[in-house]
Amino acid sequence: MSAPAIARTRPGSLTSPALAGERRATQVLARIIHSRSAVFGGSLLALVILAALAAPLISPYDPIKTNQRLSLEAPSLAHLMGTDRFGRDIFSRVVWAGQASLPIGLVSVAIGVVVGVTLGLLAGYYGGWVDAVSMRLVDLLLAFPGILLALAIIAILGGSLTNLMIAVGIAAIPEYVRITRGTVLSLKQREFVLAARVIGCRGAAIMLRHILPNVVAPLIVLATLGMAAAIITGSALSFLGLGIKPPTPEWGNMLAEGREFLQRAPWVAFFPGAAIMLTVLSINLLGDGLRDALDPRMRM
Amino acid sequence: MTAYITQRLLQAVPVLVGISVLSFLMLHLVPGDPVQIFAGDKPLTPQRAAELRHAYGLDRPLVVQYWDYASHAMRGDLGIGLRSQRPVLDSILEVLPGTAQLTLAALLIAAVLGISLGIVAAVAHGTWLDTAVMAVAMLGISTPVFYSALLLILFFSFTLAWFPATGQGGAERLVLPATALGLSSAAVLARLVRSSMLDVLHQEYVVTARAKGLAPSLVLLRHALKNALIPAVTMLGLQLGALLGGAVVTETIFSRPGVGRLAVDAILNRDFPLVQGTVLFAATTYVLVNLAVDVSYAIIDPRIRYR
Repeated sequence: MSAPAIARTRPGSLTSPALAGERRATQVLARIIHSRSAVFGGSLLALVILAALAAPLISPYDPIKTNQRLSLEAPSLAHLMGTDRFGRDIFSRVVWAGQASLPIGLVSVAIGVVVGVTLGLLAGYYGGWVDAVSMRLVDLLLAFPGILLALAIIAILGGSLTNLMIAVGIAAIPEYVRITRGTVLSLKQREFVLAARVIGCRGAAIMLRHILPNVVAPLIVLATLGMAAAIITGSALSFLGLGIKPPTPEWGNMLAEGREFLQRAPWVAFFPGAAIMLTVLSINLLGDGLRDALDPRMRM
Repeated sequence: MTAYITQRLLQAVPVLVGISVLSFLMLHLVPGDPVQIFAGDKPLTPQRAAELRHAYGLDRPLVVQYWDYASHAMRGDLGIGLRSQRPVLDSILEVLPGTAQLTLAALLIAAVLGISLGIVAAVAHGTWLDTAVMAVAMLGISTPVFYSALLLILFFSFTLAWFPATGQGGAERLVLPATALGLSSAAVLARLVRSSMLDVLHQEYVVTARAKGLAPSLVLLRHALKNALIPAVTMLGLQLGALLGGAVVTETIFSRPGVGRLAVDAILNRDFPLVQGTVLFAATTYVLVNLAVDVSYAIIDPRIRYR
């Protein structure tokens, strides 16, 4: 029996665009490196992540310990970004806050991708009631404007780092379902999928090995840009007092604390806000560059 | 046409039912006994718990409770707020005009700013002006509304003293919140209008119009813009959701009463009837607005009806 042997060596390699070889990967990599936006955004993001990881090493002061004598001092050489109401060094807090704000983006996108892609694959591949149920679910999630869904979930679960990630992650699911399902629908009848089915591949194998690789490029782009949105939503919820609570530093809750002293000590709110903006900007630039490199059709 | 509208209306029904089920279930999904929510944080004797459970109908089967909830909601009865002891709908309707005003003003700012910047960038394609506009748009997309709001307050209220920083009432108290809220939508729109404008400018009918000697401004405004704006209108509809969500944050920063502020306060106070009411109200409004937007597309662009 030779057919299974062929299937094992290179299943569905007939015309599968995803398995077209390393040449394409090299091309994409070259395009990413040549994209100024991707390189700049990527480097900036790397810097932000490094700073957050190295917080214990680079932060000059304790981010939580208070010192009333230093309350609301303007930026100086001793305190690069000034101090807050409790005399805490804002630079140290901004750096430490990255350890809360960045994981919110990462984990919630991971939740959205895993759940969304699974639903999208099943819905697109099997159709029928699986499709109907998943799409109604997506419609329902989409019926909640902006951060309202995350707000509702926080209302049920209560505000904490984990719940914040779950809430923002669930709110992100619909996008990933739609893009995965759309790709599956357009590929289901293509020759390489039919060929895989003819040689006896099972549904799960076809979905994971033949269809999924084709969704990867748009997914990477969407997940990157989604991470920017997730960081904004996460810090917005903390800003509203529904996420990470002080004294744990988080960019959103630092901004909320600074709002009260905006006139007297604008630096308290300015720097955490700038940290969010720079992080989101770097991710958006990276996402734009990746989109141009991976999927020129989506170019703006 | 009628068939299309009927179809869209029918599609909205299961979504609306789903929203009502979700907002009903919120109370029961909270970890612990729902009775505790009505009792506040006070410790509860078993006897008092049983009384409350009976008073709020929580001792009936879930299906019966849902039916009761949904049929009351259909008649506009969203329950009584735990803290205010007022009908939830009254509390919502009281602050609704503020939110509507804010969202619509932000939408207007986004449309005017976004479309004009997009056109400027497309016309100046490849020049420094294009690069500058797109860089500003990128910054706009990356700045969360609560940060742009603080920067606007810092500059226009505290430094220049042009506008008041907080409160509601009068146009001068609407300018800053609406601008802060509309900025990122304006940036999204500017990028979209630029790219669709560039697409259209290379199409044959535009080239023809130019070749036959029409003034460039006429070609741009009469021939190109009309078609370039179709995706922009779609995007404006989509941005409405983002604006409604952003209103939650904006209302907090500018201390404006509104539906978003009401929802956040309700969550912070664990006033569940009010949380359920605002969620149900906001999601239903959003679905109905989207429905209206969809139907109006079908009127503007006949191609949509036949898809």
